[in-house]
Amino acid sequence: MGLLQPESGLLFWMLLSFGIVFFLLARYGFPVILRALESRKSYIDASLLAAREAEEKLEHLRSDGQKLLESAEQQQREILREASELREQIIREARKKAESEGQRIIATAQEQASAERAAILDDARHQVAVLAIAVSEKLLREKLTDENSQTLLAERLLDEIERSSKS
Amino acid sequence: MSYLKDKGFFLFILLLSPLFSLGQTDSTAFDAKSMVLGHIGDSYEWHIGSIGGGDLSVSLPVIVYSPHSGWHCFSSKKLREGQEYEGLRIAAGGDYAGKIVERQSDGSDVRPFDLSITKTVAGLLINSLLLILLVLGSSRWYKHRRADSPAPGGFVGLMEYLVSSLVDSLIKPCVGPNYRRFAPYLLTVFCFILLNNLMGLLPIFPGGANVTGNIAVAFVLALATFLAVNLFGSRAYWKEIFWPDVPSWLKVPLPLIPLIEFVGIFTKPFALMIRLFANMMAGHAAILSLTCVIFVTVEMGTAINSSMTFVSVLFNIFMNCLELLVAFLQAYVFTMLSAVFIGLSQEHHKPETSEQVEK
Repeated sequence: MGLLQPESGLLFWMLLSFGIVFFLLARYGFPVILRALESRKSYIDASLLAAREAEEKLEHLRSDGQKLLESAEQQQREILREASELREQIIREARKKAESEGQRIIATAQEQASAERAAILDDARHQVAVLAIAVSEKLLREKLTDENSQTLLAERLLDEIERSSKS
Repeated sequence: MSYLKDKGFFLFILLLSPLFSLGQTDSTAFDAKSMVLGHIGDSYEWHIGSIGGGDLSVSLPVIVYSPHSGWHCFSSKKLREGQEYEGLRIAAGGDYAGKIVERQSDGSDVRPFDLSITKTVAGLLINSLLLILLVLGSSRWYKHRRADSPAPGGFVGLMEYLVSSLVDSLIKPCVGPNYRRFAPYLLTVFCFILLNNLMGLLPIFPGGANVTGNIAVAFVLALATFLAVNLFGSRAYWKEIFWPDVPSWLKVPLPLIPLIEFVGIFTKPFALMIRLFANMMAGHAAILSLTCVIFVTVEMGTAINSSMTFVSVLFNIFMNCLELLVAFLQAYVFTMLSAVFIGLSQEHHKPETSEQVEK
C-alpha cells in the first residue's frame, strides 16, 4: 500500500513548487497571454468594422458621384434645350420683325406711290384743264370774256367728266 | 534489488539485442515486480542505468529532521548499498522499506521527518522550473508588442494556440460567465499536468520520473481544485448543499440529501485525484511490465527470448503512443472536470417553480 500513502516530504515539495508555479504563471504568465489574445481579437474586430464602414462610405461616395453626374447631364440637356428654344424664338422674332418692317415699308411706298399718283393725276388734270381751257379759249374766245369764269366752267365740266368716268 | 530500474536503460538494452542480458542471467534472478514497483515508487537517487556492473545514477540530496539528532543534510551517495551515515540508513524491509530510518537506542527503527529531494521531488522541481521558463518565456514575447503586431510563430505561437483553444473550447463553456477569474488557474493545472506527464514518458534522466502518477502530487492538485471550488462558491452553491430543492422529509428530521451533497464536496476532488494518479501510474507500470517481458523470458532460451523481445518492442511502441495520448487526455480531463466543478459552484440559483408546486 506504499503507493497509496502520500509521503509528507513529497507533499511539502509539491505544495511548495505547485504554489510557486501557480503564483508565477497565474500572475505573470497566462494573464499576459490572455490579455494579448483578447486585445488582438478586439483589434481584429475593430479593424473589420472599420473596413466595412470604409466600404460603405466608398459605396456612398460612388453613388453620390453617380447622382452628381446624372444631375449635371440633366442640367446640360436642360441648358441645351433652353438655348435651342431661345434661338428659335430669336429667329421667329427676327422674322416677324422683318416681316412687319417690310410690310411697313411696302405700305409707306404704296402710300407714297398713291400720293404721287394723285399728284400726277392732279397735275395731269390741271394740265388737261389748262389745255382744255386753252383749246376752249381758242374756241370760245368770243363767247367768254372773263377768263376766270371760263376756267371755273371748264373745271366744273372736267369734274363732271371725272365723276362720270369713275362711276 | 534489481540491476535495472529505468526505462531508459531498457530501451538502450533493446537496441543491443538479448545477448547482452543473456550474459548476466546467472548472476541475479530478475525480479520484475520489484523493478516495476521500484520505478513507480520513489527513491533517494535517480537511477539511470547499470553499465559494466556499476550503477550509473544521479545522487540527490537527503534532508531529514530527526527529533533526536536534529537536521541532517547530505548526498544520498552516502547511503548506497545499505550503508549507514549519521545514524541513518535506508530500510531494507519492514514497514519503512526503501525509506530512510534512524536506529533508536532500543534497536527499533523510527522514521525522521523526511524532506529529501527524492527522484519524484527532483523530477517535480525540474519540470516546474521548465514550465515556468516555458510559460514566462512565452509571455515575455508580448511585452513590447501591441495589439496590431503580427501573431507569434514558433513555440510562442503554439503556446498561444494552446491557451486560446483551451479557453474557448473548455474553460469558457464549462466555467461560465465568470471564467476570466479561473482561467489562469485552470491553464496552470493543465500545463503542469501535461508537462509532468510528457516528461514522465521520456526514458532518460531529466524525464522518466513518475511525478503525476504519485498520490501526493495528485492530492495537491485535487486539493487546489477543491479550494478553488469551495472558497469561491456562490451562495446558491452552498444553499444547494445544505438546503436543496427536494421534498422536506428528505432534509428535515434526518438531513439525508444534505449529507449526500456534503460528502459529494469531497468525493469530487477525490475522484480527480484517483483518476490522475491511477492512470499515470498504470501507464508507467504497463510500459515497464512490457519491457520486463524481455528479461523474464531470458531463461527460456534464445528463440523464445528473441521472439518475445520483438513482441515486447512492438507493444512498447504501441504503449508509448497510447501514453502520449493519455498524457494529454488526463491533463485535459482533470482541467475539464475542475472547470465543470468550478462552473457548478459559480452558478447562480435560478428561481424554480418546484417549491410553489409543492405548496
